[in-house]
Amino acid sequence: MAINKDTYSHHISQQFNDELEDVKSRMLEMGGQAERQLDDAIHALIEANSELAGQVCEKDRQVNRMEVDIDEECTRILARRQPAASDLRLVMAISKAITDLERVGDESKRIAKLAIQLSENGAAPKGYLEVRHISEKVRQMLHMALDAFARFDVTIALEVARADKDVDLEYATSMRELITYMMEDPRSISRVMHVIWALRSLERVGDHARNIAEQVIYLVKGTDVRHISYEQMAAQAQSE
Amino acid sequence: MSETIVSEKNKTSTEHTKAHAIDLSALDRQVQSLNIEQEALALRVEDLNLFYSEKQALFNIGLDIPRQRVTAFIGPSGCGKSTLLRCFNRMNDLVDGCRIEGKIALDETNIYDKKVEVAELRRRIGMVFQKPNPFPKSIYENVAYGLRIQGISKKRILDDTVEWALKGAALWEEVKDRLYENALGLSGGQQQRLVIARTIAVEPEVLLLDEPASALDPISTLKIEELIYELKSKYTIVIVTHNMQQAARVSDYTAFMYMGEMVEFGDTDTLFTNPNKKATEDYITGRYG
Repeated sequence: MAINKDTYSHHISQQFNDELEDVKSRMLEMGGQAERQLDDAIHALIEANSELAGQVCEKDRQVNRMEVDIDEECTRILARRQPAASDLRLVMAISKAITDLERVGDESKRIAKLAIQLSENGAAPKGYLEVRHISEKVRQMLHMALDAFARFDVTIALEVARADKDVDLEYATSMRELITYMMEDPRSISRVMHVIWALRSLERVGDHARNIAEQVIYLVKGTDVRHISYEQMAAQAQSE
Repeated sequence: MSETIVSEKNKTSTEHTKAHAIDLSALDRQVQSLNIEQEALALRVEDLNLFYSEKQALFNIGLDIPRQRVTAFIGPSGCGKSTLLRCFNRMNDLVDGCRIEGKIALDETNIYDKKVEVAELRRRIGMVFQKPNPFPKSIYENVAYGLRIQGISKKRILDDTVEWALKGAALWEEVKDRLYENALGLSGGQQQRLVIARTIAVEPEVLLLDEPASALDPISTLKIEELIYELKSKYTIVIVTHNMQQAARVSDYTAFMYMGEMVEFGDTDTLFTNPNKKATEDYITGRYG
């Protein structure tokens, strides 16, 4: 049975309503934090701002801390409430989504570290356009995935999954271009490699956003859509 | 020499892949959920309506109880789950003004057919109630009772059956040295297992359990649940429980009933993770509809 975002406020136990609401809003808060980290890391990279990059590395601990806290809360709910059906799916989806958010934090930190290195060794001669382009898409994906979670919206979740296909394609294209560039100008290799790693991290963030979107579909529809093609996923998500 | 090493390496790597493939197929089998359509049936209920005088308590119930599986009935008080359970061995015959329409088939025979002998039916479909109800006799006599009624009096057969039934009910170790003491001296959990031993002593095909653990402490409850798990390799078990976690723990299939109707029936995994009907969802998650 498909559910909506109001489903969680109708328990006989008001305390249980509050607990679920609380853990969900904490997860979204963590999502917001991960989004900010990603934004800052990308800015730091593009603007060669090592100070901002340093802050991103520093703040990664906050995201880690949030993951541990929310996970603890999920465990507590499982132990004390033994949730079933959509409640169970909500707790499981949150527990999995926060792992992805924590990884987004890690990737942001990785990008920030690359930003520091690039600011020290001089900017890469190529690749920033690609970073700008892919990062814009990936940021939007993450935002949409969190939005889908907040609204229990399968349509938005599906859009995220579709966008992930585009990002993967663009990543592959950029990779080819940058490899060609490096072959022509081997002196640039070490710096361009930094950009490639950053692109790789961004592509991974896209994957994490997709994972979160998959959790939204699981949560709302009760069907597991991991490890299947976008078309199969869309068919399952739209079935009644 | 080096060639041998290489081929050895290749061999192990293919073997490794093979082993991996086998693992995966085993995993596939595990993941496969139960499917009611592939089950052998023990009981089939068709268009069952039940009235207590003028008041209708069950409405058009239709369901298949699979053989050697645990089927749980859940639902709020007064939804008719106990009434339905009692239909399976015609316990409702004892209720004044109770009228039943429809059919319950056990091996193709309608158990409400005039030809059916109720005593024999109740031997084939045994029942255990919420409160343990041992007879005020010795432990031994409690278990041997059903056999004595059947006219069996040979001591060796009785001894063997009592031991076998008590072992089956996971009670033997606790009572083997005091078989001739009064059964009422046992704890509640032990009494309930004694009643189960008494029921299985006559080798029924179906066991009906009406809230068998609701009067017991958590440890005794777990023992009963473990017993249910062991018994299902031999018997078809139908259990009524108020405790949804218990239904989720012990049953293969679950039926959710509400106001005398069968709202949803399906495999327990699906029913507890992704039920089809809103009423089921509301009930198992503790919401008001």
